[in-house]
Amino acid sequence: MDWSFVLAHVQDFLAGAWVTLRFGLYGIGCSLVLGLVCCLVRFFRVPLLKSLVHVYIEVARNTPLLIQLFFLYAGLPRAGIRLSAEACAVIGLTFLGGAYMAEAFRSGLESVDRFQREAGECLGLTWGQNVRYVLLPQAMATASPALFANIIFLLKETSVFSVLALMDLMNVADTLRTSGGRTIEVLFLLVVAYVALLLPVSLAATFTERRLKYAGFGDQRSV
Amino acid sequence: MQDSGISVLFKGINFQRLLLGLWVTLRIALITIGISLALGLLFGLLMTRKNRFVRGFCRAWLEIVRFMPQLVLLYLAYFGFSRLFGWNLEGELSAVLVFSFWGIAEMGDLFRGALTSIPTHQRESAAALGLTKRQINRYVLLPQTVRRLLPQVINLATRMIKTTALVKMINVTEVLKVGQQIIGQHYREPSVAFWIYATVLLLYFMICWPISLLAAWMEKRSE
Repeated sequence: MDWSFVLAHVQDFLAGAWVTLRFGLYGIGCSLVLGLVCCLVRFFRVPLLKSLVHVYIEVARNTPLLIQLFFLYAGLPRAGIRLSAEACAVIGLTFLGGAYMAEAFRSGLESVDRFQREAGECLGLTWGQNVRYVLLPQAMATASPALFANIIFLLKETSVFSVLALMDLMNVADTLRTSGGRTIEVLFLLVVAYVALLLPVSLAATFTERRLKYAGFGDQRSV
Repeated sequence: MQDSGISVLFKGINFQRLLLGLWVTLRIALITIGISLALGLLFGLLMTRKNRFVRGFCRAWLEIVRFMPQLVLLYLAYFGFSRLFGWNLEGELSAVLVFSFWGIAEMGDLFRGALTSIPTHQRESAAALGLTKRQINRYVLLPQTVRRLLPQVINLATRMIKTTALVKMINVTEVLKVGQQIIGQHYREPSVAFWIYATVLLLYFMICWPISLLAAWMEKRSE
């Protein structure tokens, strides 16, 4: 292991990690919003939109992100829709993530007893108030382990952004590996970068899950 | 313009070539799923052991697999092993190794979940009825475990099929690569790219969707 090489290129990997993190967060933020909207559409059985959301979820969950990105980045321009690499990254991750988030929210909403919603209606809450103050807080608590799992899953999936010519961690590693031939050092830096990026999220997920179990939500088996 | 694009798909043996490319990833997925099922069961049994060392080892393995992107693991096996140990693994072999490493731990965790989710009174009542240990396993525990497990295992299998698309990144000639070769041969007709990528997306969907439907149906039935 050549430590001077490692030290000399920490900077490049920091830049790459920032790209990975930034586009990962954009995509995760958008997919949380999209997921919530899709989930509410399905939960309240909005006509027409409901079937559209259903088709979207099935397509997004049953195709690989890598192929979705190639379609967006290299296929669509031929049909006249030209998107930048950055836009493709965020759209691709949101397309995939929205479907997974919708499923997580749905399992949360379904765990809330039906009479909670009816009681809210009896108290004269509007539809919006009912969702905001009665359904979502309870649903979120149950759904959060799944949401965290999805966030980690999506951050991992960002590794395929390198095919979009974005200088993310994978692409930085590829460029250095092919130009320098210092494979071991490059792979070492790559692994360290991903651990540094994902370990805090993973720890936060475990912590929240434990807190929620004590509060009486979620899976009670291993408290 | 778009007519010329779609006709390329059915020109000569282009479509068969795409299907053969798809078979490359599917074969990797099938081998991996087989290995993961067999060794995952072992892994799950190890996780339920009381021995701290064994459990710690399994947990560490599972954590690595949970938060390292599969693509990074692929790079480690494909580019790293040749430098570190002098093993020049072929792309397909490294893919099978890496995806099995991932699948064994994930399957194992599913098995563990299913094994520990069966209430102890089931085992105790069976013992009180005078069933032998073998009979308890065969007629009481196994049927209940399998019913809970199957939908989850099938879901993981679709995830594995989707993830095998990543082998393109380690120079395995699979469906996407074949698609790019076809696009390269027809560079005068730009709309070809659109149709090829759309077809690849559709092919993946047609494989994963029925499997997902099966899992959803089983889940509904087991409730």
